[in-house]
Amino acid sequence: MARAVDGMVEKRGSGLWLTHAFMILGVLVIFFPIWLAFVASTVTQPEIVKPPMPLWPGDQFWENYSAALFSGVNVPVATMLFNSLVMAIGIAVGKIIISLLSAFAIVYFKFPGKSFFFWMIFLTLMLPVEVRIVPTFEVVAGFGMLNSYSGLILPLIASATATFLFRQFFLTIPDELAEAARVDGARPMRFFWDIVVPMSRTNVAALFVILFIYGWNQYLWPLLITTDPEMNTIVMGIKQMFPSGDDVAEWPVIMATSILAMIPPVIVVVGMQRLFIRGLVDSEK
Amino acid sequence: MEKRVTFRGWMLPLLLIAPQVVISAVFFFYPAGQAIWQSLFIPDPFGLSSQFVGMGNFEFLLGDKFYRAAFLTTAIFSILVTLCSMIPALFLAVLADRLIKGSGVYRTLLIWPYAVAPAVAGVLWLFMFNTRVGVISWYLGHLGYDWNHVLNGGEAMGLVVVASAWGRISYNFLFFFAALQAVPKSVIEAAAIDGAHFWRRFWTIVLPLLSPTTFFLLVVNIVYAFFETFGVIHTITGGGPQQSTTILVYKVFSDGFVGQDLGSSSAQSVILLFVVGLLTIIQFKYIEKRVHY
Repeated sequence: MARAVDGMVEKRGSGLWLTHAFMILGVLVIFFPIWLAFVASTVTQPEIVKPPMPLWPGDQFWENYSAALFSGVNVPVATMLFNSLVMAIGIAVGKIIISLLSAFAIVYFKFPGKSFFFWMIFLTLMLPVEVRIVPTFEVVAGFGMLNSYSGLILPLIASATATFLFRQFFLTIPDELAEAARVDGARPMRFFWDIVVPMSRTNVAALFVILFIYGWNQYLWPLLITTDPEMNTIVMGIKQMFPSGDDVAEWPVIMATSILAMIPPVIVVVGMQRLFIRGLVDSEK
Repeated sequence: MEKRVTFRGWMLPLLLIAPQVVISAVFFFYPAGQAIWQSLFIPDPFGLSSQFVGMGNFEFLLGDKFYRAAFLTTAIFSILVTLCSMIPALFLAVLADRLIKGSGVYRTLLIWPYAVAPAVAGVLWLFMFNTRVGVISWYLGHLGYDWNHVLNGGEAMGLVVVASAWGRISYNFLFFFAALQAVPKSVIEAAAIDGAHFWRRFWTIVLPLLSPTTFFLLVVNIVYAFFETFGVIHTITGGGPQQSTTILVYKVFSDGFVGQDLGSSSAQSVILLFVVGLLTIIQFKYIEKRVHY
């Protein structure tokens, strides 16, 4: 019976092929912008400025990518890639560390002002950087942190989401473990290092994937605080490669840079797909 | 919910929570307080002194036709982005759910755009529709349609909507797909035995069961369209032509940094704070409900 129902509900011959056909069509449509960017990064400038440009890759791959990486337009793209890497890893690691610590304090201790601090962290959920850019910019400028990694990283590091995620997880750790640790006379930090952190490994990894992409894809904040091209991140630097006025943009180099800008996050997302999906679902809950 | 077993001492927990509290205070609460404070003043053109105007900045904003236009633009923009990202995502998720084999491959391919930054997505779409070199605008031209998003506000809006919705399709697809996989197969089979066809099953069983996910995605996508699409608009249109793609967040930026009108920009930040607060409350109300679902 089950098999008959299966046949009825699920896949029947022609329907199955139609489903695949639609699916492939969907993937092609969604992929087209990326494909076109890749093609544009492998052809010459004259081939692009005389439309229509080809839809199949040319032979200028090395020329365009090495031009982008080692000379760029304002600054070599290699420099921007390095800045983006520092920023993304700094934000991800920083957020994870301060969130682990504060979630541990909130879950495993009773202390004066606990609920005050809890609500204070909770409120930061509501304040995306886009909403308070001018005053935050003034604070960072006041600290002399313009054009610095700390200026890129610190204002984006406080995250209620990560703290709540860890708090939720810590609450599911059996009380017996803490009990046993206390009976054995283990100090809280020992319990934290030996039990809590190792148990949180998967959560940490999943969160890292999400936060890395969040950090890598930042645009407005680096745009405001990095006036020195040497400190530009790649995602905001692409826009700076467009000439002002009527000059024609160097499309092959710009498109090579766009491809370079998406490679690290794509590797992270596709390579750690399971962790990524888990992190996505967890952090939105 | 509280732990039964807790450790003693209050110095250590305060020390542990200190980094997050200090960073939140310095980079969140102080700037937010500043925004509220500055919104009550109008600085003179040299930034040397400022005059207290109370609610003056807000009164001016609410009467300002450009600001009201930005509100309307934001509403249209976020509704369109939400629809254009959710409907294709649901369609693809329904297709993927029908496949036993191969859905993993499609999923891997479909999540790519999520990793592409909004600003980079903006550059990719700008390239396709560029008035001089764009492939799609060139073919449109040959079909007799003269595409020019630099001059035509409606076309500019269409382009930023599609570029913003593109990466979100991946995101929505993942959530819809997970929700579809969780629909009990026995219910579907029972309906099939009763002779309900695919579309009938979809409308009467699957879609209602997806409603918690759909509502969640509605809120999340609206928040995304409000606050995270700055990069798309800045790279493609810069808010133009004639402010036709200036959404609220973009206006905070352009009035505050380009126009140097700090009082007005701060007042706009405060208004946005209320909008975020409202959306967050809606989101949490819903999450409480979902637990009981």
